[in-house]
Amino acid sequence: MVDTAVPLTAPADSTRSTNRPERKRKVRRLTGRDKLTVAFMVVVPSIVVLGLIWLPAIASVVLSFTRWNGIGTLQGSDFIGGENYVNVTTIYPPFWPAIQHNLIWLAVMFFVATPIGMFLAVLLDKEMRGGRIYQTALFLPVVLSLALIGFIWQLIFSRDQGLLNAVTGSQIDWFGDQKYNLWAALVATTWRQVGYIMLLYLAGLKAVDASLREAAAIDGATEGQAFFRVVLPVLRPINIIVLVVTFIESLRAFDLVWIINKGRNGLELISTLVTQNVVGEASRIGFGSALATFMLVISSIFIALYLRVVMKGDER
Amino acid sequence: MTAVADRPTAAAPAPTSAPAGRRKKVTTGRRVLHVFLIVVALVWLFPVLWALYNSFRDYAYTSTHGYASFGGFTLRNFTNAWNQGDFARHFLNSAIVTIPAVVATLVLSSMVAFVVARFNFTFNLALLGMFTAANLLPPQALLIPIYRLFRSIQVPFWVSSSGTLLDSFWGLILINTAFQTGFCAFVLSNYMKTIPMELYEAADVDGASVLRQWWQLTLPLCRPPLAALATLLVTWIYNEFFWATVLLQSGDKFPITSSLNNLRGQFFTDYNLLSAGSVLVALPTLIVFFALQKQFVSGLTLGTTKG
Repeated sequence: MVDTAVPLTAPADSTRSTNRPERKRKVRRLTGRDKLTVAFMVVVPSIVVLGLIWLPAIASVVLSFTRWNGIGTLQGSDFIGGENYVNVTTIYPPFWPAIQHNLIWLAVMFFVATPIGMFLAVLLDKEMRGGRIYQTALFLPVVLSLALIGFIWQLIFSRDQGLLNAVTGSQIDWFGDQKYNLWAALVATTWRQVGYIMLLYLAGLKAVDASLREAAAIDGATEGQAFFRVVLPVLRPINIIVLVVTFIESLRAFDLVWIINKGRNGLELISTLVTQNVVGEASRIGFGSALATFMLVISSIFIALYLRVVMKGDER
Repeated sequence: MTAVADRPTAAAPAPTSAPAGRRKKVTTGRRVLHVFLIVVALVWLFPVLWALYNSFRDYAYTSTHGYASFGGFTLRNFTNAWNQGDFARHFLNSAIVTIPAVVATLVLSSMVAFVVARFNFTFNLALLGMFTAANLLPPQALLIPIYRLFRSIQVPFWVSSSGTLLDSFWGLILINTAFQTGFCAFVLSNYMKTIPMELYEAADVDGASVLRQWWQLTLPLCRPPLAALATLLVTWIYNEFFWATVLLQSGDKFPITSSLNNLRGQFFTDYNLLSAGSVLVALPTLIVFFALQKQFVSGLTLGTTKG
């Protein structure tokens, strides 16, 4: 039974703080070999994560202030201050459309996918017969890769062979026409995101103390009132997690758009611009790094928020 | 503490856990709810079912009758897709990347989680934060340094035919491991903190080394989260698209998920073939999902950071 440890409500600190002094004694009693083992257990994973995630992240920031084209070594004279940032925001045509697309993406995930997911979670939380089957159906897309989802939706959105045009008789190139392709991609993404959000809320709802609802019902609250006034406030940590996940996932959206047309022609996103500037022989390293730094700065705000929520129980 | 640990998983909403007060008779409201959910479920399943349906249909038939028709069933699309797409090789590539990455991730993350949960060092929280946050950084923001780094690291040719970590399975295994370790360390440390300290005290008295306490005491107790994480990791790394696309250059090294993009050229005109290819690629994750649904769902709610 003990197989969930949702971090939000993770171990209460009270029990742990009583163990504290004992633990300190244990540490002192470690033998030399044990100390070596502990050091190894911390150092090896840290090297992997620091070396492949954090150092590259810092390097991206440093490189964004240089003019390095990737050839030869990085010289001090290559430092050009904020020039890349000025260029990105003023003379790089896809930048502002990409920002706009990322914001639209975020808005749809936030105002469409999240409410639908939450609503379905509330319905499925009613413990009805067959609930598990509905849940599985809604959750199925989450198992598929976003790249594959691009393919599956192509069968619906394609101009000549797609189902949508066959049924409606229109001739729209849903994935190709820049008036529509962002929205078509968003339909496919929403299809997947809803199941995921639903699951997070379902887990949260199961943890809500039933007596709260009963008390609300006795007080004469309608189901809607009980949800918005009693249940939702209790779900605050889940709400914040969903918010953070939505922001971060919207920022790093990539696979689906890359599968459709490599992020061009109406589907520019910050993530695809970075990739286009680096892969192949383009090698505009400083320039691409400025875009990357942009992503890092935005994401770090939400990562900080996330850490505050999930590690709350550990702070004293 | 127990309130969390004792409640049933999201995957198995045991009807017995429903408080009696919330159980209702079959009312009109309930029926409307069922009808609504059936409709939603069918709408949700439709794209997958549509792909499945068309994967069994003959191209010649659908091109004359249109896709919105019935008939022309065949199995040939699957054999054609398999052969033309070189699926055997790409599935093998996926296995070569996924299996070591999943094992390495679980080993590394359980080591960190163990130290954080078992000992009380001043740097514990910072360490865990460093690991957890790493998982949330946008991969594209690290691309440039990683790309240059991998290109500059020379490896013997028997390790990789490219001579560098770029365009090699090793590079891909490394980056996948680095990315997923943070999430797993976080989940596992939360779980390990629920293991009673008395067990470790007893182990200390018995003279068990730290290594044994990790391997023979902690890991067996952590079977449920390890199973859940393994299930998730297999799906995530199998589904991973970005790093494989940018770090591999030879088409024949692509794992199956990122090879899709290459295959599209060949499949472009034949959507039945495209459907069959999609079904084949989806199959392993669907099998994992249906066989291990409980692990999968409980794993996702363990950490609530990934999608």
